[in-house]
Amino acid sequence: MKRKSSALSRIYTAVIMAFLYMPILVLIVLSFNQNKSRGAWTGFTFDWYRKLFTNRLILGAFVNTMIVALVSSVAATLIGTAAALGIHTMNKWMKKAVRMLTYIPIMSPEIIMGVSLMLLFVFVRTELGVPLELGLLTLILSHITFNIPYVIFNVLPKLRQMDSYAYDAALDLGCNPWQAFYKVILPEIMPGITAGFLMAVTYSLDDFVISYFTAGPTSQTLPLAIWGQLRRRVSPEMNALSTIIFVVVLVLLLVSNLSSMRRERRGRKAVRL
Amino acid sequence: MKLHTRLASVPYLLWVVVFTIIPLLLIIVFAFTGTDGGFTIENISAVGRYTDVIMKSIWLAAIATGVSLFLGYPLAYIISRHSARQQNVSLMLIMLPMWMSFLLRTFAWMTLLEKTGVINRLLGLAGLGPFELINTSGAVVLGMVYNYLPFMILPLHSVMVKIDASVIEAAQDLGASPLRVFFKVVLPLSMPGISSGITMVFVPAVSTFIISRMLGGGSNLMIGDLIDMQFLGNAYNPHLGSAISLVLMVIILLCMSIMNQFDDDVDVEGVLR
Repeated sequence: MKRKSSALSRIYTAVIMAFLYMPILVLIVLSFNQNKSRGAWTGFTFDWYRKLFTNRLILGAFVNTMIVALVSSVAATLIGTAAALGIHTMNKWMKKAVRMLTYIPIMSPEIIMGVSLMLLFVFVRTELGVPLELGLLTLILSHITFNIPYVIFNVLPKLRQMDSYAYDAALDLGCNPWQAFYKVILPEIMPGITAGFLMAVTYSLDDFVISYFTAGPTSQTLPLAIWGQLRRRVSPEMNALSTIIFVVVLVLLLVSNLSSMRRERRGRKAVRL
Repeated sequence: MKLHTRLASVPYLLWVVVFTIIPLLLIIVFAFTGTDGGFTIENISAVGRYTDVIMKSIWLAAIATGVSLFLGYPLAYIISRHSARQQNVSLMLIMLPMWMSFLLRTFAWMTLLEKTGVINRLLGLAGLGPFELINTSGAVVLGMVYNYLPFMILPLHSVMVKIDASVIEAAQDLGASPLRVFFKVVLPLSMPGISSGITMVFVPAVSTFIISRMLGGGSNLMIGDLIDMQFLGNAYNPHLGSAISLVLMVIILLCMSIMNQFDDDVDVEGVLR
């Protein structure tokens, strides 16, 4: 059944969308504003973008962010995929217990995760005497912790969809277990692994709260640097930065959506054939 | 063989114990010990001093959750009645702002609400104001609604698409008024979405410290601010901070268990998509 949406529901949708996008549009417009105090428009400029790319603090934080995101996502993907394989073979009862454990980092508020990890690192240093200073390493460990569940929950459904006899068949046909895994299981679950990895990267790039408690004073990530800048005063460079991030994300989403739409269309054609 | 594969989850299980279970237990240990390491309930009773802050956090988060439900429910319903392709576009539009840093989205509202901000300037052109928009509890609620509205819409939508249009038609054919159709058919069927939407908005809202810091000024402290002050602020006292965190955890667990009464299976995997 297809009903034409009434004018009222269209207006309502438009109002909510305006609410969601208005602040972002204002940021984008102001990123080109000459005037430093934001209310008034005094002319067009690229100055804030230029200043942004010479801001050493921001650039250093950007490098840190990329390192933390990539290292933690790769590690989380390895640990998480292995975990999903293991969980898949568990009996129902154990499966349920491990899933509950895996929900903890997703469901608990970020501030609790951040504070508890900070306590752990402080405890390890002061009580156990391990010289583990808050810094890049503790950041990466924390990010791995909250990234693993996203990998597991993306890989598990793929394992469930897989034909459980395919692996045994590969073994019967002379594969050793490694070959069977590599040639049969891995291609099947690859979309899940990729999706989990990408999700881990995005969550890691965007994380502020957990990083805030586990980063220490020396190793800043981009969100932490933004926080530092915002606390002192509102700087127009941040408008420029927001605009860049928004445009990059928009382009990435459009590209991935267009390609998935094309794949879908091709899939539909294949079904018709 | 099966046992062999199950071992693949051992690294993950170790990771969960070290980086999730032990840190959470450390919060409990710290909450019940003093600086000398001995057992005490002093920290827990000291939390009583902050009763007004805790009540205010719950109150503001509850209002924000209510407003999100009120705004998000009609939109989720409107979207769910569209064609699959339109639904994808609408959902992407709703999620797109979430891809921008949380800090920058809140910062955008600072720009709008400030005394010399965009809204006051526009009102000034009409001869009104300036009004005290920022640093109010209203601004904090607004920031919460803005940031977490998508968390309400997405679970609502994922439940509503499953409502068969012919069920609604059947009710209409049998003579039910639009109101009756809503209360007898649509509302009961969307209950699981409502409960997980409430959890997904209330939990981050009640534990935030960024929104209250950026939009609430100094006068709208929340639980998150208290925790932050004890761990990274001037009032450094991780024992008291842990006690406050413990209280926050209890509040959130209460909220979740109440919401679980309406929904026996929170589908986190579906929400993550």
